[in-house]
Amino acid sequence: MRASLFITCYNDTLFPETGRAVVKLLERLGVDLSFHPGQTCCGQMHANTGFRGEAFCQAKRFVRLYQDTEAVVIPSSSCVAMIRDQYPGLFEELGNEELRKQFTALLPRVYELSEFLVDRLKVEDVGAYFPHRVTYHASCHGLRALHLGDRPWKLMNKVRGMEQVPLANLDRCCGFGGTFSVKNAEVSSAMMAVKLQDIVSTGAEFCTALDNSCLMHLGGAMHRQYAGMKTIHLGEILASTEAEPAEALA
Amino acid sequence: MSHSGYHPVLDPALAAPFPEAVLPVLRNPQLRKNVAHAIDVIQVKRGKLVAEKTDWQALRTAGAAIREHALENLGAYLTQFEERCTAAGGVVHWAADAAEARQIILKLLREENASEVIKIKTMTSAEIQLNPFLEAAGVRTYETDLAEIILQLGEDEPSHIVVPALHVNRSQVREIFARRMGLKDLSDDPHALTAAARNYLRRKFLEIPTAISGANFLVAETGSVVVVESEGNGRMCLTLPRTMITLAGIEKVLPRFQDLEVMLQVLARSATGERMNPYTSVWTGVTPGDGPQKFHVVLLDNGRSSILAKKTERQTLRCIRCAACMNGCPVYRQTGGHAYGSVYPGPIGAILTPQLMQMHHAQSLPYASSLCGACYEVCPVKINIPEVLLELRSQVVNQERGHAGRFFDPMYLGLRIANMIFSRAWLFHTAQFFGRVGLKFFTRKDGWIHSLPSVGSKWTQTRDLRGLPKQTFHGWWAARQKEAR
Repeated sequence: MRASLFITCYNDTLFPETGRAVVKLLERLGVDLSFHPGQTCCGQMHANTGFRGEAFCQAKRFVRLYQDTEAVVIPSSSCVAMIRDQYPGLFEELGNEELRKQFTALLPRVYELSEFLVDRLKVEDVGAYFPHRVTYHASCHGLRALHLGDRPWKLMNKVRGMEQVPLANLDRCCGFGGTFSVKNAEVSSAMMAVKLQDIVSTGAEFCTALDNSCLMHLGGAMHRQYAGMKTIHLGEILASTEAEPAEALA
Repeated sequence: MSHSGYHPVLDPALAAPFPEAVLPVLRNPQLRKNVAHAIDVIQVKRGKLVAEKTDWQALRTAGAAIREHALENLGAYLTQFEERCTAAGGVVHWAADAAEARQIILKLLREENASEVIKIKTMTSAEIQLNPFLEAAGVRTYETDLAEIILQLGEDEPSHIVVPALHVNRSQVREIFARRMGLKDLSDDPHALTAAARNYLRRKFLEIPTAISGANFLVAETGSVVVVESEGNGRMCLTLPRTMITLAGIEKVLPRFQDLEVMLQVLARSATGERMNPYTSVWTGVTPGDGPQKFHVVLLDNGRSSILAKKTERQTLRCIRCAACMNGCPVYRQTGGHAYGSVYPGPIGAILTPQLMQMHHAQSLPYASSLCGACYEVCPVKINIPEVLLELRSQVVNQERGHAGRFFDPMYLGLRIANMIFSRAWLFHTAQFFGRVGLKFFTRKDGWIHSLPSVGSKWTQTRDLRGLPKQTFHGWWAARQKEAR
C-alpha cells in the first residue's frame, strides 16, 4: 500500500513531532509512504476568513500535487474538512472543468488519519503502548464535518496500557475556530475556559485529539494556567510503543 | 435602564462590533450564569424530545423541502395567500421596507382611533422597531407575552427570539415587577410573579380593543395565519380585541395547511423541547361573532426578496425562528443575545442581520462564529449556516479590500502575505526560517512564548504558544531521505 502524507502548514511548522509519529506509525503498518516537498497549506485559514480568492490558489495546488497519488493521508481533521466541504464549491466557482474533474477523482482517496487506518488499512490494533490516563477531545470538524464516529475509539480501545476518561460535553466546541481565536479572542477564551474545566476535571494526564489546531489552543491555555496536563495528537499515541515511547514523554 | 448593568443596543446601524459588544457581557457573571443555565435547561429537553422521534432526520428533510419549495414559488404562494385571506374578510397590505410597514400600521391604528395597543410576541415588530415608533407617534404599546412584559417594564431588550428574557432570572423579574407594578411585598415565587403579570394583563385585555401580532406561518391554501405560544396571552389577544393587525415577513408562507403537520412538529421540539406547544392559534380572515371583526395583514419584505435571489444565501429564508441554532451555539452560550446588536442573535442572526440590514451595518457578525457546525446539525430546516457565514465573510473581505485604510491592517496584510508564501514551497520554507529566528526573541527559557505584539497579543492574552521547533517536518523528512541514500 502506497500513500502520500500531507502535513499541512501549521503541523509542518509547529508540530513536526506529529508528522514524525505518523510516519513511524504508518511505516510500522507496512505503508510505503511518500512526502511531496512542494506542499504547503490547504487554504483553510484563508477560506474561513473570507479570502476565497487566496484559497483558490491552495486548492489548485493540492490537486496538482496529489492527483496521481494512491492515497493522501492528512493527520488534521479540519484540513480534511476544508478539502471535502469547501474545495467542491471553490472548483465549481472557478469554472475550470478539467481541474474540477481531477479533484472529483482525487477526493475519495483523501483520508483523515483515523479514516485511513480504520477504513482503508482495516486495522484497529496498531500495536501501540501508552500507559497513561487520557481524555479524547472530539474536534468539531472531525465530529460534524467528517463524521468520524467511533473510529477514534476503535483505535484508542486497542492501545495497551492506556486508561481512557470520557470527556463531558464532548460535542461542544473548544473555541479555537482558526482566526476566530484572534478576531474574537475574548469569546474564544471564554469558550476555552469552559472546555478546560471539563478537560481538567477528568484528571487525565493528556488531552488528545485528531487535530493539533484545537490542541494548540487548549495546550497553550494549559501551559499558561499550569494546569498540570499536556496535549498530544492521537497519531503520536498510536505511534508510541514500549521500545519507542512518544516524544511528548521525553 | 437595564437592570443587568449595561444598555443593550439592538440596532445594527448603531451597535458596537461584536468583539467589542461582548466585553461587558463576558465580565457579567450574573448574566452569563442566567444564559448558560437557561440554555442548558432547553437543550436537555430538546435532546430528549428529538431522540424519541425515530424519524427526526426525515422530518428535517421534509421541513427543508417544504420551506425550499415555498421560497422557490414565493410569488405565487403570496398571491394565493392574499386572495384567500381577502376572500375570508382580511385586508392584505404590502410593505417594501420597515418604514413603509410602520406607516401602514400607524395609519390603521389612526383609523381605529387607537391610543393604546396590545401585542402578541413578535420579533418582526422589533426588527422594524415598531414600539419606539408608535410610542413617539402617541400610541402606547403593551406587550402581553410574559417575557416581553419583563423586558418592557425593565426597559431591557430581547436577547433570544423564543425566550426573549432568557438573560433575566427570577429575582430580577421580582425586582422589575415590584418596582413597576408598585407591589413592594411581591415574592419571587413563580406563582406570585405569574399572578402579578396576570393581574396586570387582564386589565389591558379588557380595556384595549386593538392588537398587533406576528405570525409563525401563513398558509397560502387557506389564507390563514398561525401563531404558536406557551402562555395563552396570544389567544386572549385573538379573542377580546375588535381589531387585529398581523405583521409577517413574506418568507413565512407555507403552501398547504397539511404542511403544518411537519412544521409544528419540528418547531415545538426544536424551540422549547415540547412535543407540542400549549397554544396553537389558526385564524382565517374574519369570523362573525368570533374574535376580531377587523383583520389586517402587513406583508413585510425589508430586504427579504434580495436574499431570495442569491443561491447560497437563500436558505437563510427557510428559517422558522425556532432558535435551536442559538441554543446549540457555544458562542451564544457565552455571550447571550445582546452582543449581536440585533433582534436576531445567535447563528441565524449572524447570517440574517447582515443580509437584512445591509452588510456594512453588521460587518463583524459573520465572524462571530467558530464554525463548529452545531447550528447546522440542529436546524430543523437544514440551513447550512456555516456555509452562509463563509459566503458573507467573503463578501465582507471583497468589500473591505478596496478600502485603502485596510491595506496595512495586520490581518489583511498578514493573510495576503501568507497566501504569497503558501504559493511557493521555497518561500514557505524561507518564511518558516525567518519566523523561527524572529520568534526566538519572544521565546522564554522554558521554550514557550508568553507574550507577542500586535495581532499575536490576541493569542497570548490568554494562551501561551510553544516556541517553534528547530526542525520542521519537511526538514526532518529531507534529512531522513538523504540518510537513506
